[in-house]
Amino acid sequence: MDPTYQAAAEFAQRWGLVYFVTIFAVVLAYALWPSRQKQFDEAARIPLQED
Amino acid sequence: MANALAPQKKMTFGEGGLALSLVGLAILSIVIAAKAYTPEYAFHAYLFTAASIAAVFAITNRYFDRPAERPPLVNADGRPNYNMGPVKFATIAAMFWGIAGFAVGLYIALELAFPALNFAQWFNFGRLRPLHTSAVIFAFGGNVLLATSFYVVQRTCRARLAGDLAPWFVVLGYNFFILIAGTGYLLGITQSKEYAEPEWYSDLWLTIVWVTYLLVFLATIWRRTEPHIYVANWFYLAFIVTIAVLHLGNNPAIPVSIFSSKSYIAWSGVQDAMVQWWYGHNAVGFFLTAGFLAIMYYFIPKRADRPVYSYRLSIIHFWALIFLYIWAGPHHLHYTALPDWAQTLGMTFSIMLWMPSWGGMINGIMTLSGAWDKLRTDPVLRMMVVSVAFYGMSTFEGPMMSVKIVNSLSHYTDWTIGHVHSGALGWVAYISFGAVYCLVPWLWNRRLYSLKLVNWHFWISTIGIVLYITSMWVSGILQGLMWRAYTSLGFLEYSFVETVEAMHPFYVIRALGGFLFLCGALIMVFNLWKTVYSEAVAGEAGIQLQPAE
Repeated sequence: MDPTYQAAAEFAQRWGLVYFVTIFAVVLAYALWPSRQKQFDEAARIPLQED
Repeated sequence: MANALAPQKKMTFGEGGLALSLVGLAILSIVIAAKAYTPEYAFHAYLFTAASIAAVFAITNRYFDRPAERPPLVNADGRPNYNMGPVKFATIAAMFWGIAGFAVGLYIALELAFPALNFAQWFNFGRLRPLHTSAVIFAFGGNVLLATSFYVVQRTCRARLAGDLAPWFVVLGYNFFILIAGTGYLLGITQSKEYAEPEWYSDLWLTIVWVTYLLVFLATIWRRTEPHIYVANWFYLAFIVTIAVLHLGNNPAIPVSIFSSKSYIAWSGVQDAMVQWWYGHNAVGFFLTAGFLAIMYYFIPKRADRPVYSYRLSIIHFWALIFLYIWAGPHHLHYTALPDWAQTLGMTFSIMLWMPSWGGMINGIMTLSGAWDKLRTDPVLRMMVVSVAFYGMSTFEGPMMSVKIVNSLSHYTDWTIGHVHSGALGWVAYISFGAVYCLVPWLWNRRLYSLKLVNWHFWISTIGIVLYITSMWVSGILQGLMWRAYTSLGFLEYSFVETVEAMHPFYVIRALGGFLFLCGALIMVFNLWKTVYSEAVAGEAGIQLQPAE
């Protein structure tokens, strides 16, 4: 196996996994943080507010 | 004396710049038309010339007719001065292309059942099939997305659409791209990449239009007065950005000459196949899914008069969907020269996609909690909820078909066609119909002409879809089983033509399903026509929804 390919694949696989898991954890924390309940309840009603 | 106080009318940089660029394009097109290698390409160059000149006239006329001042961002009563002209145009264009696309679909279904209908080169299955797919996906679906995205971004940001000529350039430029693409297919101009058949010059034109679309959308979000960016806008943005990336990634090509429509793609071999299906599957994921999920997240709450079931779920749904979809493309290339690990990766991500898909489906359907009774009285809402149910069904079927062992039976058979149409007719078209049934009364300030006709549309089309997908299941599995049947001596049991013969009855049933679907859409056009030509509703009442009770 070509050493450059090997190195690139190992880098992408290891750090890709870390990168995606971290971002997803951040998204989950953002979405589920208890103090945002009120903000999201208001956001859910945005289409219903007439102007 | 009052005139002296009014600001002097001046052509804006946008008006002058666009008109000059279009004059340049018209001259370039004439030169290309004169030296074109083929008459088909010359015809397209003349279309570019005619459209550019018409646009220059339109810009000049508009300049003479308009007041000196730009339209205000906010009306005297404090409400945003929404720009709904381009939305109206895209809505009408969507219905026009929809009928054209469904009719061509019916015709090619009949061609498969009765091959004698392939009577001339322009109407052969090979040329009409991309015309059908592009007309329904990019012309019908694309115009629905343009119309709803420009509507939703204005209403949920409470801001006027950004740009003066730019939104018009986007809708008209996009429909001109459709015209070039569609006439090109009939004349035999294609780069033979599925769902990306238009040649290099159409691709360049679309790139300009699409970047303008992105800028208009972003600038509208930028000037929002509502602090939170509503989730539908996230989905629209993901759709616009990803389609731009896919279009650029899939289409780098070198034309033979500027005077020829023919080009050669930069990718080759299995890499080309992988790029093609990275594009193809994400056209499904971001054009036919993310964009229409945006419609779901605005129009279902609006029509049901209920808030989104779980806003938190919508955020997780969004990020999970866009992270996973982009990897699922290789499942189109099972058992090909594509490396095995890439096939397995595509399959794994397709299966994982089931979770965000169903998360979104649950969120859409559960938005009706507390308003379930409206399903009985409001056929428009019923249409949208059934569309979300179809979304759930086809996003269950898709991951299942991406499993390699299932794919070994289903691939290259009609099962795939059935799966695609349960998504395209059931999900994409139904959510679009629902949205357009809402939009037309809002935009023209009318009452919807007849809910009874919506009911007829709903049931006729639903029977059509059921006939379509069931006949394709039977046909596809039959075809797959016949292909893999061996005799006791190890020979293939059936010749290819025997499998074709066996599928004939199902092709007839499929065409009947398509016919019913087209009938439903024609009823819809009649209903919308009567709505627009009815009397305007006085005051605010017209903007509100009409319950059927």
